[in-house]
Amino acid sequence: MSRNRAIGSTLVGITRALGHALVSEQVARQPGLLQALDPRVRVAGLFSLVLAVTLSHRISVVLALFCAAILIAVLSRVSLAILVTRVWLVVLLFTGVIALPALFLTPGDAVFTTPGGALRITSQGVATALLLIARVETAVTFTTLLVLCTPWMHVLKALRAFRIPPEVVMMLAMTHRYVFVLAETASQMFESRQSRTVGVLDGPTQRRITARTAGVLLSRSIELSNEVFLAMQSRGFRGDVQILSEFRMRAWDYIGLTAFLAAGALAVWMGRR
Amino acid sequence: MHIPDGYLSPSTCAVLYAGAGLGWYEALRRIRRSLTTRMIPLISVFAAFSFVLMMFNLPLPGGTTGHALGVTIATIVIGPAGSIMAISIALTIQALFFGDGGITTLGANCFNMAIVGSLVAYATYRLTANGAAITARRRWIAAAVAGYVATNAAAFFAAVEFGIQPVLFHNARGVPLYAPYSLGIAIPAMVIGHLAVAGVAEGVIAAGLVAYLQASDPALLQATSGLAGTAELAQPATPQRFLRKLWITVALLMLLTPLGILAGGAAWGEWSANDFAGSRGHTTIATSSQDHPVPSDAPAGLQRLSSLWTAPIPSYAPQFVKSPSLGYMLSAMFGVGLVLSLSLAVQGYLRRRRSPGQAA
Repeated sequence: MSRNRAIGSTLVGITRALGHALVSEQVARQPGLLQALDPRVRVAGLFSLVLAVTLSHRISVVLALFCAAILIAVLSRVSLAILVTRVWLVVLLFTGVIALPALFLTPGDAVFTTPGGALRITSQGVATALLLIARVETAVTFTTLLVLCTPWMHVLKALRAFRIPPEVVMMLAMTHRYVFVLAETASQMFESRQSRTVGVLDGPTQRRITARTAGVLLSRSIELSNEVFLAMQSRGFRGDVQILSEFRMRAWDYIGLTAFLAAGALAVWMGRR
Repeated sequence: MHIPDGYLSPSTCAVLYAGAGLGWYEALRRIRRSLTTRMIPLISVFAAFSFVLMMFNLPLPGGTTGHALGVTIATIVIGPAGSIMAISIALTIQALFFGDGGITTLGANCFNMAIVGSLVAYATYRLTANGAAITARRRWIAAAVAGYVATNAAAFFAAVEFGIQPVLFHNARGVPLYAPYSLGIAIPAMVIGHLAVAGVAEGVIAAGLVAYLQASDPALLQATSGLAGTAELAQPATPQRFLRKLWITVALLMLLTPLGILAGGAAWGEWSANDFAGSRGHTTIATSSQDHPVPSDAPAGLQRLSSLWTAPIPSYAPQFVKSPSLGYMLSAMFGVGLVLSLSLAVQGYLRRRRSPGQAA
């Protein structure tokens, strides 16, 4: 795999994405705090918390929301190991690399100067880097909790409740289904090419293989689109999209929604400038 | 280029959601007007294809790897309206299902990659491939150029969004509240990476796919080819050649706006009340008025009325932009965008008034 790095890493990437989707489906089926709530409450509630995170200007408030996210994760039986590997480490690495130069580049009061005075860390730089990392970690944790605890079909029905046009919801549903079909097809094509490869492929050959695989995948996508269209026609599809929505709000859902909105409003109020 | 939550302020996100909303509305309207039933599965499958394509790691010269967005091939095969919807749907699923890219920044990501990407790819492809036969070599070269330019245009927009954050949103101590780097750092940092890696990946994949379709299924390239006798998929019935020339002229004019800085003096009669206060202003007014005597104070009416309205971007130079040339270009882009939005709103209103029964 290391010899033909691009093909190998594409295979690993596709397999990992499929694996993540499987884990999400399993977590969404478990009993827990978020899973017990109406999907519309989950979407609206977690979105309001993400909004509160971005609106808060104080790191203490953002950290309090991060603690709330951990509490929700524990009560929803989401493994902290999943959050550590899928969210916290990845975000820390990505945002950390972006935030690091801000320590030196943000003008302000110096808290540390390297010998010779070449580099100067400012208190404003430290504050902005910490705020950025804390904010992104917390917001992505809330989004991941929504993704992990809500089956995709429920997210779609919840979106429909928020007046998203039915065509868009239908396209989201179909796309989600065909992402897995096409990802599996692509994975099989790369695997079959990998199994027939002896020795090291140079860059141009790997580029050619990747472009051809993408080309074949495109042809299969078009074929798939025609088949789906014919199947829809055979079922009498005439362009009118109907989506069933059997969600019912219970007392527990209203309590959950109120709690989410109150927590979000409190965070915005306490985190104002 | 997938901006996560927390990098952009809520007000920036709201503005970009509004911008993306306009694009989605117009794209959906055009799709509904053309081939509703066939377009739904086509766009869905193309969104899935773009999603999977983003996972393909492409080895690039120099030992690095990059991945394509898929926006160029989507634009070439299903047109810009279809591409806007397909890429937006792929980005939405990435954000909502895989947690890649934020929820509050979804509007920004769709605006940059789906809307700017599709429109720039379409304009560049049509301009470069102008009149070439479907199987001509110029077609895949045009796809490569379109992919490269579209990715860099999207990256530039993202960089501007990052770069305005510290100027507009900071606390009393000067601590930036969101993305911490100014335009001077954000633009080179984003653009260099995309000029060197991501733009190349998109260009290589787009060119490879167009070359593949030329050999295997050339009919798929006809929709946006602009050749006579070919059906435009989800395209407006407006004369394309005229519109293309108009777009090119507008783009050139926007790029040339900094030339205004080179011109000396001031436009006659466009003086402000402040110009009457200083000796420099007096000299300018006198020179341009054939040395007629200039009053020592500004006329009372001018003084009174000049304070009635304060322009949000005075002198075509947004306060947060240090470079006058960039300020001019940003002002031109903002002005053109505003005019287009108003024009579209009026067109939509008139169309609805003319045919109330034909609402989609």
